[in-house]
Amino acid sequence: MIAEVGLAALWLAAALAALQMVAGFLAVRAGDETELAGLIRPAAVVQGVLVSISFVMLLWLFAVTDLSVKLVVANSHSMKPLVFKIAGAWGNHEGSMLLWVTVMALAGALIALVERRLPERTMQATLAAQGVVSLGFYAFLLFSSNPFERLPTPAAEGMGLNPLLQDLGLAFHPPTLYLGYVGLSVAFSFAVGALLTRQVTPDFARAMRPWVLGAWVFLTVGITAGSYWAYYELGWGGWWFWDPVENASLMPWLAATALLHSASVLASRDALRVWTIMLGVVAFSMSMVGTFLVRSGILTSVHAFAVDPERGSFILMLLTLYIGGALLLFSLRAGTVSEGERFAVASREGALVFNNVMLSAILAIVLLGTLYPLVTEAFDVRVSVGPPYFNPVGAIFTVPMLVVMAVGPLLRWRRDRLDRVRNEIAIIAALTLAAIVLFSLVAQVELLPLLGLALGLAVGVGSLLPLRGRKLTRVPIATWGMVVAHFGIAVALLGMASESAFSKERLAAVEIGQSTTVGPWTITLQGVEPVAGPNWTAIEGRMAASYAGGEPTIIDPQARNFWAPPQQTTESALVTRWNGQLYAVMGDRAPDGRWQLRLWWKPFVPLIWLGGLLVAFGGVLALVGRVLADLKRREVVRRMASRRAEQEKLA
Amino acid sequence: MSWRLWVPLLLFSAFLGLAAYQLTQPKDEFVESRMIGKELPYFALPPAMEGSLGAANADFKDGKPRLLNIWASWCVPCIAEAPHLDALKRQGVEIVGIAIRDRPEDVARFLAQHGNPYSRIGRDDLSEVQLAIGSSGVPETFVIDGKGVIRYQHIGDVRAENVPMLLKKLREAGQ
Repeated sequence: MIAEVGLAALWLAAALAALQMVAGFLAVRAGDETELAGLIRPAAVVQGVLVSISFVMLLWLFAVTDLSVKLVVANSHSMKPLVFKIAGAWGNHEGSMLLWVTVMALAGALIALVERRLPERTMQATLAAQGVVSLGFYAFLLFSSNPFERLPTPAAEGMGLNPLLQDLGLAFHPPTLYLGYVGLSVAFSFAVGALLTRQVTPDFARAMRPWVLGAWVFLTVGITAGSYWAYYELGWGGWWFWDPVENASLMPWLAATALLHSASVLASRDALRVWTIMLGVVAFSMSMVGTFLVRSGILTSVHAFAVDPERGSFILMLLTLYIGGALLLFSLRAGTVSEGERFAVASREGALVFNNVMLSAILAIVLLGTLYPLVTEAFDVRVSVGPPYFNPVGAIFTVPMLVVMAVGPLLRWRRDRLDRVRNEIAIIAALTLAAIVLFSLVAQVELLPLLGLALGLAVGVGSLLPLRGRKLTRVPIATWGMVVAHFGIAVALLGMASESAFSKERLAAVEIGQSTTVGPWTITLQGVEPVAGPNWTAIEGRMAASYAGGEPTIIDPQARNFWAPPQQTTESALVTRWNGQLYAVMGDRAPDGRWQLRLWWKPFVPLIWLGGLLVAFGGVLALVGRVLADLKRREVVRRMASRRAEQEKLA
Repeated sequence: MSWRLWVPLLLFSAFLGLAAYQLTQPKDEFVESRMIGKELPYFALPPAMEGSLGAANADFKDGKPRLLNIWASWCVPCIAEAPHLDALKRQGVEIVGIAIRDRPEDVARFLAQHGNPYSRIGRDDLSEVQLAIGSSGVPETFVIDGKGVIRYQHIGDVRAENVPMLLKKLREAGQ
C-alpha cells in the first residue's frame, strides 16, 4: 500500500507540474486575462505537498526495510542501523532524484506562497519555467527509474548500501549538495521567467538573491563536508583530488559565487543585467552537467555512483531541453534587455565585475580539465588531468582575484579613487610582503603554497577592514555576512597552503611494540586486534601517539571489511591539536609479520574545513540579514498603506 | 553585441555533441583486471571440501593451459554456468576452481547437485586470492597459460555462446 500511495502522489504531482507549466505560459502570452492564471500559485503549493507525501512514503519503506520493493532490496539490508536505512532512501539514483524533485517542488510552493515583489507575470513565468524543469524529473522517475517498483516476489534479504556510504557525514552529504543544486534551479527559473517577460530589474535580483544565497550556503557546506569525508574516509590523506565528482560540485559553486556577487550589483545598483541572467542559466547548467557527467559513466571517477549510460541519455535529453532552451531564449532575448546603470572601473561594481570574470575563468578551466579526457578519448587517447594542470592554471586567475578581493569591499559604489583607500592598501601590501619574505627565509616553501600563505593573510586582514572605524553594533547583518564569508575564504586558504607547505609523511612497517616518528610525533604500535561492528569486521591497530615527547594519546585506526556487499574501507585515526592534525592509517600485514602504518603530520589542516564552515556561516548571516530587511520593508509599506487608507477615510 | 549572445549556445552545442558521441561509444562496463598479461600471484589454498585437492599458483606451471574459475555455492549465476563448465570439461579442458567465502558442506552439496567440473578446488575464505588476481565478483573465469600467466578474464557467468571463445583462447594460450 505504502509504495502505491507514494507512486500515486508522484503521478498527481507530475500532473500539477504540467498544469503549472501550461497555465504559466498561457498567462505570459495572454496577460492576466486567461482564467488559468489563477491556478498557478495553488498548483505549485499542492504539487509541493503531494511530492512531499511521496518522499515520506519512500522514507517509510526504507525505515521498515520493505523487501517487496526493488529499490529497498537493492540498497538496504535489515541489519543496518536505522539512520543508514533512512539515509539509504537517498543514497541511490532513484531516491536521490525523488529527493531532488521534492525539494524543488517545495521551493516552488514557497515562491507561490511568499513572493510578492515581482510583477505577477514574471512570477507566473518563473513558476512555469519551474514546471518545465520539474516535469523532466517527474518523467525520469515515472518512466525510467521508478523508486516504488515492486518485485514479483519479496526478497529474503536486501543487498546492502555501498559501505563507503555508510558514514554519517556521507549520508547527509548528497542531500546537502542537492539542496544547493535545487536552489540554483530556482534561480534558473527566475532567470528564464525574467527573460520571458523582459523584466530584468533590481526587484528581480532581490527576489532571486535569497535562493542563490541558500543554494550557495548548501553547496559550500556540501563541498566542505565532502572534502573532509574524502580526507578521513578514503585513507589517502588528501582533501581535494580534482576528481570529476568533486569538480561536479565545485563548478556550480564557482558559478553561484559569481551569480551571488552580480545579483548584488543588480539589486543595489541596477547594473550587470544581462550578465546576471547569463550566470543564472550557467549556474544551474553546471549542476546539471555535473550530474550528467557523474551519472552517465562517460567519465571515470573513484566515487562516481549510479552509473548507467541509459540514464545518461535521459539526463542528456533533459540538458538539451533545459539548457539548450534557456540559452536559445537568452540568445534571442538578451539583446532587448537594456544595459542598466554605468559605473567607473575603480568602484565596488568594478571590483565585483573583475571577481566575476576571474570566477568565470576558473570555472572554464575546471570545466575544460574535466571534459578534456572526453575530447581526447574521442581520438582514442586516454589521459587523466590532475593537480599538475588544475593547481598552476587555476592559480593564474585565483591569485589576482584574491588580491582584488582583499581591496574590493573597501571601495564605494559607482565611482571611487584608489588613493582614498591607500592606507588600507598599504597595510595589506606590507603584510603580504612580510609574509612572503618571512616564509621564504624561515622555511623552504614552494611558490604556490607561499603565495597561498601570503594571500591568506592579506585577504584575512582585508576582509576585516570594512569594519574599521564603524560602530560594530550598527553594522548591518548582511555586511557581517560578507565579512565572515571573506574571512572564511582566508582561513581555508591558510589551511590549504599550510597543509601543502609543511606536511610530513611517513610510511613505516613496524612490529608490535616498535615506534616510529613523523614530524614532532612519536607513534608506538601497542597491538592489533580484530573487532566487529553491526555489519562489518575490522582489524584495529592500537597506537600511542605523543607530541614532542609529551603524554601519549591512544588512537585506534581500523581497516574494515563489510560483508553485504563485501568491501574494504579504512577508518583513519586523527589527533587534532591547535596547530594541526596527526593522521594515521592502518595498512596490511607484510609477509614478514610487520604491520604497515601510514602516518601524516599536517600542520593547520583543520583550517580548511573551519574556513569552509565560516564561509557558509557568512552566507547564512547574509541570508538572514536580507530576509529581515525585506520583512521590515514590507512592514513599513504595509503601515504606510494602512495610514493612507485611514487618512482617506477621514477625508 | 548581439552575435556574442549566441556564443554560450554554440559552446553548449559542442558539449552536447561530444557527450552524445561518448554515450553512443561502447563502454567497458566491467572492471578489467590489471593482472592480465602478468603471472599469477603466489597463493596456496586448502581444499574447499573433503576429497578434493587444494589450489596453488604452482599448479599452473606445467605447460598446460587451464581455466581458473572463481565461484561460490551461494552465487546464483554460478548455477547457470555449471552445465557450460561441464561442457568445457568434456572437451578436455582442465578447470581449477576457487570457492569464495564458502563452507565445505555447501560446496559439496552444490557440486553434487550441479556436477563437478573441477580438477582442484581451493578455499578462499577472505577473498584474498580473488582480490590479488583482480577479480571483482563471482563468477569470473580466467584463462591461464602453461607458464602461469593470466591471458584472459571473462567476467560474469560462462554461457553457451562463450564456450567456443574460451576454447579458442585456451588454444591461443597453448601456442
